[in-house]
Amino acid sequence: MKHLFSLLENNDSSDASTVDSQVNRRDFLKFVVIGGAGLTLGLSLDSAHAEMSGPGKTSADESLTNGQFAPNAFIRIEPDNTVHVIIKHLEMGQGTFTGLSTLIAEELEADWSQIKPHAAPANAALYNNLLWGPAQGTGGSTAIANSFEQMRKAGAAAKMMLVAAAAQLWDLPADEISVSQGVVSHKASGKSASFGELAELAAKQDVPEPEEITLKDPKDFVLIGKRIPRKDGGKTDGTAIFTQDIKLDGMQTAVVTHSPRFGGKVKTFNADKARKMPGVTDVVQISTGIVVLATDFWSAQKARETLDITWDNSQAATASSEALLTEYKTLAKKPGLPAKKTGDADQAFKNAAKVIEASYEFPYLAHAAMEPLNCVAHFTGDSCEMWYGAQIHTMDQGAVAALLDLKPAAVKINTLYAGGSFGRRGNPKSDYVLEAAEIAKAKKGTPIKLVWTREDDMRAGYFRPMYYHTLKAGLDKDNKLVAWEHRIVGQSIAKGSAFEGMMVQKGVDVTSVEGASNLPYDIPNMHVELHTTDPGVPIQWWRAVGSTHTAYSTETFIDEIASAAKIDPIAFRLKLLTNKPRHHGVLKLAAEKAGWDSKLPKGRSRGIAVHESFNSYVAQVAEVSVQDDGSYKVERVVCAVDCGIAVNPDIVKAQMEGGIGFGLAPTLVSEITMDNGAVKESNFHDYQVLRMNQMPDVEVHIVPSAQAPTGVGEPATPVIAPAVANALFNATGKRYYRLPIKKA
Amino acid sequence: MSTTITLNGKDTAIDASPDTPLLWVLRDHLALTGTKYGCGMAQCGSCTVHLDGVAIRSCVTPLSAVASKKVTTIEGVATKEAKAVQAAWDKLDVVQCGYCQSGQIMSAAALLSTNLNPEDSDIDAAMSGNICRCATYVRIRAAIKEAAAELGAQS
Ligand code: FES
Ligand code: FES
Repeated sequence: MKHLFSLLENNDSSDASTVDSQVNRRDFLKFVVIGGAGLTLGLSLDSAHAEMSGPGKTSADESLTNGQFAPNAFIRIEPDNTVHVIIKHLEMGQGTFTGLSTLIAEELEADWSQIKPHAAPANAALYNNLLWGPAQGTGGSTAIANSFEQMRKAGAAAKMMLVAAAAQLWDLPADEISVSQGVVSHKASGKSASFGELAELAAKQDVPEPEEITLKDPKDFVLIGKRIPRKDGGKTDGTAIFTQDIKLDGMQTAVVTHSPRFGGKVKTFNADKARKMPGVTDVVQISTGIVVLATDFWSAQKARETLDITWDNSQAATASSEALLTEYKTLAKKPGLPAKKTGDADQAFKNAAKVIEASYEFPYLAHAAMEPLNCVAHFTGDSCEMWYGAQIHTMDQGAVAALLDLKPAAVKINTLYAGGSFGRRGNPKSDYVLEAAEIAKAKKGTPIKLVWTREDDMRAGYFRPMYYHTLKAGLDKDNKLVAWEHRIVGQSIAKGSAFEGMMVQKGVDVTSVEGASNLPYDIPNMHVELHTTDPGVPIQWWRAVGSTHTAYSTETFIDEIASAAKIDPIAFRLKLLTNKPRHHGVLKLAAEKAGWDSKLPKGRSRGIAVHESFNSYVAQVAEVSVQDDGSYKVERVVCAVDCGIAVNPDIVKAQMEGGIGFGLAPTLVSEITMDNGAVKESNFHDYQVLRMNQMPDVEVHIVPSAQAPTGVGEPATPVIAPAVANALFNATGKRYYRLPIKKA
Repeated sequence: MSTTITLNGKDTAIDASPDTPLLWVLRDHLALTGTKYGCGMAQCGSCTVHLDGVAIRSCVTPLSAVASKKVTTIEGVATKEAKAVQAAWDKLDVVQCGYCQSGQIMSAAALLSTNLNPEDSDIDAAMSGNICRCATYVRIRAAIKEAAAELGAQS
């Protein structure tokens, strides 16, 4: 989703000839405008939409109460002095409840303790992602970036109205009135009032015009840039409500048996035994499989095991990872579609003094968020209400509306905390949401909770695609890198989804090549090419998307070239990073903090990698220790990040730590294997993920910056694998061309 | 068929098939949803509760196995170790998505109840059965040490 971002931000690593810059915004509108509501790109001051939903508040709209001050779509101040903040982005652990609240509280001059965040309802007009256009959604590490000005303006406007109310009440000039920590006061007269006390009168003041709103000078920030506690509460005492925890009157739990092979359909089924089992209320067929409904999960699950289903596999996928790899290797021998072309690489290779070649293999990966997918839906015939961790709210809303033949506004989405997502809940085809809606349609009038087991979650997709890369570099006689050819083979995430019009340009899916087509290194002759395959395996974005593979191949290959040229890998990179001050900044900071030039304790080796994704810059130094049997441990990681202004430095650190841990899983252990169109792995015993004993010490350093903030949810993830592989090289002398690296 | 357990200090009669895993008894029959489902096969630790004070995986523990025993869930845990763990978790802002954290806290509290001064290797041994996909491990480790120090200072 990076290019969505690139539309509005000037990315210093973008290049006029890359696919990113050719994205046509109107195409995006065409595909993703759902709902037909008017588009409000700026600050909406429409208080008619005062509905709130979210964790702990899972029922109806909250209409305006007496004395409430609702200056815009993001703020509700109650007479009891609570400031309710409406959060348009999904809270999936990355900290939107805290970050967006901070922006509002900063300009409102609220006290942090009076702030209470709630998830916004789905509404493209009020709560769209400003970097996406008229769609509400969370992804591409855009939550803070697109909200930075919007939320601050919302807070500033509310503050102006509170001040105007105090001026009226006290009959004093507004410019003598100040606000601090939730108190409105007039110094000379000693008068003061809380927000709650002024709420009713503030609601009667004129809403300021956007041009009247001025924002604080960053040097006066009291919350932004400081360590303040998180606001997504209830997560240490079991009271936080996730989708899995929703219970509605008369609700039935639904489990679905999907075709083991992708593309298989139900031919016949016999559910006689299942129907007779205790607790079972119904068995129905839907487009994706057979659904067992019961009063509770365990009854449904036990009954499901007795189903006798015959599958029609005539259209089923036959993909196997091994065969796919052979096919991909053959494809990579031929030129693909151009994703970037500068100079004449073919000619430059002919003249090169030295040519280095390498190829890289990346398996499918599951997101495997801790909360397996689930969704609650209640279809009444003329409306559908849903409860789940919605990530692309208005796309889901439009898809469900189309399925149920409703107007989008008749689909009400209550967004709950998501127990992780890593992209999975933002499925470009709304897969699990539509599955819930289809069950709700079959059970009209009955609320249903769709629950995927871990096995369902792991086997039904959607996955980070499998990729194969080849890389070729040419050095001249002075060891200068003069030619570069990079071929990528794999499936397109956007193709066939609502995002195709925007993300696929001249046959090249930008998510397949991001990180490669905008390689930051200054190489005069460069070809980046793509082969897109279609083996029928469902795939989608996975935390950091294209960079999950491009950062690995490019950053280990650059390291390999540096050692072939016998130049220090940091010095080699810095020299090629012309006019890339932010890459320089993080590389130098990471190197300095890791003590790059210092001696390591015995048995340890270190390696470095740097990568920009979503306009944030990350460098990491990994320290590893290798045993004689090839087992190894990542002991320590020093991470430097430049994400512009760090709105909440502690959350930036948490996202770096977590992003590194998430990226270490596919470095060390994670892998999904296709076998005749089906997935071999099923649960955490065979799809392994990172555990406590494998987590390194992590040290995070933030580059001080006055630039607008960029995202931190994803950019740490792709950097760790190449940093570890480069460290392993320094221990073993071997290069690693396949992830995961199970043995050094 | 009714089974009685001492749940969070109260005798509780449960009308569920004895082979029902304790996890689903808690979640679906008793509406105690703080204990989470993550894998159903003792691989992830999301469902960790205390059985007579010891951390167990409720997803693989049938109701019949806990008859007449003391079960404590995140909703009822109130030992000084658990309180210190929760306070340390909040102080260090350990949580991200939060889904795994009930289980993490129950495992950490059980660890501290038998070992007031855990080394890194003790933490690895006690906590490696609890997966956190958000990878909050760095902070979990720090928070356990913080809680241990706090408990040490109290005693
Ligand atoms: S749900 Fe019990 S260990 Fe995973
Ligand atoms: S906090 Fe998200 S899985 Fe642990």
